[in-house]
Amino acid sequence: MATELNNDYKYGFHDSEENYTFKSGRGLTREIVLSISKMKNEPQWMTDFRLKSLEIFYKKPMPKWGNTKLLNEIDFENIFYYVKSTEKQEKSWEDVPKEIKNTFDRLGIPEAERKFLAGVSAQYESEVIYHSLREDLKKLGVIFLDMDSGLREHPEIVKKYFATIIPSEDNKFAALNSAVWSGGSFIYVPPHTNVEIPLQAYFRINTENMGQFERTLIIADEGSSVHYIEGCTAPTYSSDSLHSAVVELIALKGAKIRYTTIQNWSKNVYNLVTKRAVAHENAVVEWLDGNMGSKLTMKYPSIYLVGEHAHGEVVSVALASGSDQHQDAGAKIIHAAPNTTSVITSKSISRNGGRASYRGLLKVHKGATNVKSTIKCDALMLDERSRSDTYPTMEIDEKGVQIEHEATVSKIEDEKLFYLMSRGISEEQAKLMIVNGFMEVFVKELPMEYAVELNRLIELEMEGSIG
Amino acid sequence: MDALLKIENLHIEIDGKEILHGVNLSINTGEVHALMGRNGSGKSTLSNTLMGHPAYKVSKGQITFNGTTINNLKSNERAKLGLFLGFQYPLSIPGVTVASFLRQANKALKGDAVSPKEFRKLLYEKMDDLEIDHAFATRYINDGFSGGEKKRMEILQMAMLEPKFVILDEPDSGLDIDSLKLVADSINKFKTRNPQLGILLVTHYQRILDYVKPNKVHVFVDGNIVESGGPELALELEKKGYDWLVQREEVRK
Ligand SMILES: Nc1ncnc2c1ncn2[C@@H]1O[C@H](COP(=O)(O)OP(=O)(O)O)[C@@H](O)[C@H]1O
Ligand SMILES: [Mg+2]
Repeated sequence: MATELNNDYKYGFHDSEENYTFKSGRGLTREIVLSISKMKNEPQWMTDFRLKSLEIFYKKPMPKWGNTKLLNEIDFENIFYYVKSTEKQEKSWEDVPKEIKNTFDRLGIPEAERKFLAGVSAQYESEVIYHSLREDLKKLGVIFLDMDSGLREHPEIVKKYFATIIPSEDNKFAALNSAVWSGGSFIYVPPHTNVEIPLQAYFRINTENMGQFERTLIIADEGSSVHYIEGCTAPTYSSDSLHSAVVELIALKGAKIRYTTIQNWSKNVYNLVTKRAVAHENAVVEWLDGNMGSKLTMKYPSIYLVGEHAHGEVVSVALASGSDQHQDAGAKIIHAAPNTTSVITSKSISRNGGRASYRGLLKVHKGATNVKSTIKCDALMLDERSRSDTYPTMEIDEKGVQIEHEATVSKIEDEKLFYLMSRGISEEQAKLMIVNGFMEVFVKELPMEYAVELNRLIELEMEGSIG
Repeated sequence: MDALLKIENLHIEIDGKEILHGVNLSINTGEVHALMGRNGSGKSTLSNTLMGHPAYKVSKGQITFNGTTINNLKSNERAKLGLFLGFQYPLSIPGVTVASFLRQANKALKGDAVSPKEFRKLLYEKMDDLEIDHAFATRYINDGFSGGEKKRMEILQMAMLEPKFVILDEPDSGLDIDSLKLVADSINKFKTRNPQLGILLVTHYQRILDYVKPNKVHVFVDGNIVESGGPELALELEKKGYDWLVQREEVRK
């Protein structure tokens, strides 16, 4: 029968922990927050921001929706809030420690990517240790740094935009991230600049029980465009790990941002991420969000369409595999200006007792006339034990909006299997084809190497699923 | 001569209800047999059963292909023996392109012999025969295809996968005369290249038989063959309809 990913998880390795130069104590105190800020040599406003956020974190209750049972099992006392693996930033690939290079090799970061891609910002533990930007990007004036360096080198831009889209008060996990954030990416694209190759960062967490709190801020100035890719794999550990990132995107007038994520955390990770974007006049924001791993993911990429003719799109896919996994994913679109349009496409697969939920919000503010929105949620259930549910919410405060909403729940139909098998294809492969086909809307948007990797992951998950 | 496909006293049930009641049929290498009959008479049931549809249960009887009893084989195993079914209602598989589907099917049936480049060349050649635009190679299988496009796509699959025996379940229904000719020409072309090919051609109308000439014609009424003959039987049915046979069956019962 099914081999749980946990058992044969191919990225299930971890390094010896001796090399870590700093590891915060367990539990979260004011002292820890202060020492993080101090160690990073941060300006006073950031220290104050962290401390204020900590107070909010203490006060905020846990969310009362989503998987509250699992949420309440999180033991905040039992988490390392900050781990730094090497003292300083590496400047070139040669300087990257061998042990870490080995890790990247095992993660399968292809050689070719290093050549083709503009910059690789690889987050190892909580600190970005390797960071390179290709010369032509630099010439364009594009800033692509880890968030810590971003704050050091461009404090004026950071101060202007940081936490403007997601304030600490937003939710308990945003507050937590605001207090202890470390790493993540900072990107600024100057006006009318198109970054043609995707910028990417690799994330992974490593120390048992450590939390990882990246903070990403992307600003696309007027008329510019950028595609950022975040993909991550994590080693298997026995006790629970918390990943709680905050990602803010700002697409100014006429700008375009696409943000692609594939998360494949091991099955002990809580992945509670707040992602939000604001799209100004004529701007386009696209979230492509793929959730393959983790124990519990709660993630609803949001787009605030605040300028006329802004367009927002969320494509969210989730694979919930096994009774120890719950993918609670979706999207939020807020139409706050006239003539704005949006598309939400959600695809979920549940198997082996896994649970996939779609949670969505569509809001149209008064005055946002001539709004168009299409929402399509498809769930594929591979067996009777699995579960799929939809929680769509609509708040429409303006008349004459055009909304199309469609939700389907299906299983792999015998007729389709018969059709494929009648051409010589085995039952296993036929099922895989149908599943891959189901995910195609997402996969086809990915750069080649990610598409291949994702198909491989699905294949791995599906192995042995034929009863 | 041993029959390529031999059906003996075949009884088929769906959900416990018997649909076919003891069919006997024998088709030799290189022969074309037409199977005609009204809607609901059981033609598709026979077609699907031959290909191994799991919903159709053989409660009695035997199907032999090329000397092997195939009653209990899965449909992909039957395909590997050289059987092919052109579906009356081909299904759409969203997200799976025609090219990737056919490449995987080809691989499953013949191993990994052809390079992707050769494969593409071959595919385009066959598409040209059927006047199918090359753009269809990257479209999702039958997704949004018209009725006629679906039928041509079935024939394309047959031509690509090179079976030894084909069951074509109403390859002509819903086709205009031009498409019908294309489909018939393609079948004939494939047959000429593979003279050993056996064909069971299921149809309502005798029209397609003007192009694809049958050796024998069988008529299905209520789950069994009630009349067999040469091509002239199809012409007779065209003139007289099926009523006389249905009535004769009722009397006989
Ligand atoms: N999957 C099925 N489930 C239930 N009944 C079926 C099924 N397939 C066929 N039948 C029944 O079997 C009979 C023969 O149908 P079919 O083989 O499709 O006839 P034909 O192809 O000649 O039109 C009909 O009464 C039909 O309703
Ligand atoms: Mg039929």
